[in-house]
Amino acid sequence: MLRPSPFCLQLPLRVAHGWAGERFFPATILTDDPFVADEISLPQVSLQPPAPDASHLTNIEIDLSKRITPSTGIVIGDEWQRLRAPGVPSVGGLGALRTMGQYQLFIDGPHQALGLLGLNVTWGHTERAAVSAPNVATLSPTFDFGKGFGDIPRSLTFLRPFAITGNLGFDFPTQATTAGVPNPNNFSYGFAFEYSFPYLECCVKDVGLRAPFNQLIPLVEVAFTTPISRAPANQTTGTIQPGIIWAGQYFQIGAEAIIPANRGTGHGYGGVVQLHFYLDDIFPRSIGRPISEWW
Amino acid sequence: MQKIILTLAAAVAIGPAPAVRAHSFLDHANPAVGSSVATAPAAVTLWFTQDLEPAFSNVTVTNEAGQRVDLGNARLPPGSPAELQIGLKPLPRGTYLVSWHVVSVDTHPTEGTFTFEVGRG
Repeated sequence: MLRPSPFCLQLPLRVAHGWAGERFFPATILTDDPFVADEISLPQVSLQPPAPDASHLTNIEIDLSKRITPSTGIVIGDEWQRLRAPGVPSVGGLGALRTMGQYQLFIDGPHQALGLLGLNVTWGHTERAAVSAPNVATLSPTFDFGKGFGDIPRSLTFLRPFAITGNLGFDFPTQATTAGVPNPNNFSYGFAFEYSFPYLECCVKDVGLRAPFNQLIPLVEVAFTTPISRAPANQTTGTIQPGIIWAGQYFQIGAEAIIPANRGTGHGYGGVVQLHFYLDDIFPRSIGRPISEWW
Repeated sequence: MQKIILTLAAAVAIGPAPAVRAHSFLDHANPAVGSSVATAPAAVTLWFTQDLEPAFSNVTVTNEAGQRVDLGNARLPPGSPAELQIGLKPLPRGTYLVSWHVVSVDTHPTEGTFTFEVGRG
């Protein structure tokens, strides 16, 4: 007689970070994830490519994601920044506080599809360093999505591990100008193109990969920002970030190169590494659960 | 930054972590995922990365017409809480779909499907 353990009887079955049917989506580094989660990036360290004025920006970032209910969540993030520019002393300090409210619009397991609505707020007057955006609050509604290709015909064997996630959003500063400098409204968009070795091994074809190689997810992320008002539309900036993520049971490690997409973004290259913990797996009986299930 | 650290510290303080367990991933299978075998296997065996909740873990095997070809006796062999096994009827040449749905002992569910072929290897 098969019997559940006492622990299993205490809790409802839960769907957690990054799953749509049999597809696991890792937390991406550049673009937002299309799912609510209990996770923390601790830390994410990036060295940005040299800007057009030859300055170098280093970020050390923390992001905490927490589910309020199974389909709603919040994200809180901040970063410590250091800017080095030729001929002037380097400056450093906290960047602006970022928060995000999230609603999981849908999870379609059979089609490995996810949709999420979000409202990012970058809070003004919370940064101490003169190294980032104008010191005004910015509201950014977003739609984030994910789609795995495991539902295409099985004859297309080695295409099925592919997946794409993406973000479409707008940035609306709450002040049109700061000290006479316009704060443009922006259209922001980004995509992550992933090839999942875990999916290849579990659900397509066992090609003999074993740990740690069967837990690797190579990916390329791209993200762009285009002004839609108060600035010329040809001032699009963005980066292209090829890299790889290793996804374990309780955490993942990711690393990406940062390549400017155009001269307006910068030149040369930079890099980013991230250590990311799955709180729902580490603390399944306490903080890893949605707050609505704590009582 | 200070706010983030305080938030994390408060969250961690809410409760001690239990024995650390997480989602079960399929580690490997016999017949192997996507494989072709010359002779029909008597059973399908799946090995997972975490221990399973037996009452909420199941596997089925169907043929190309969608008909069940397993014996309906999915079980965790004694002493192997991360292994799921099911017997098969005699299988003629063809392609078969294995569909599994498991729940790890901390209640995280995962699922998956894969095919294997008989007599075409």
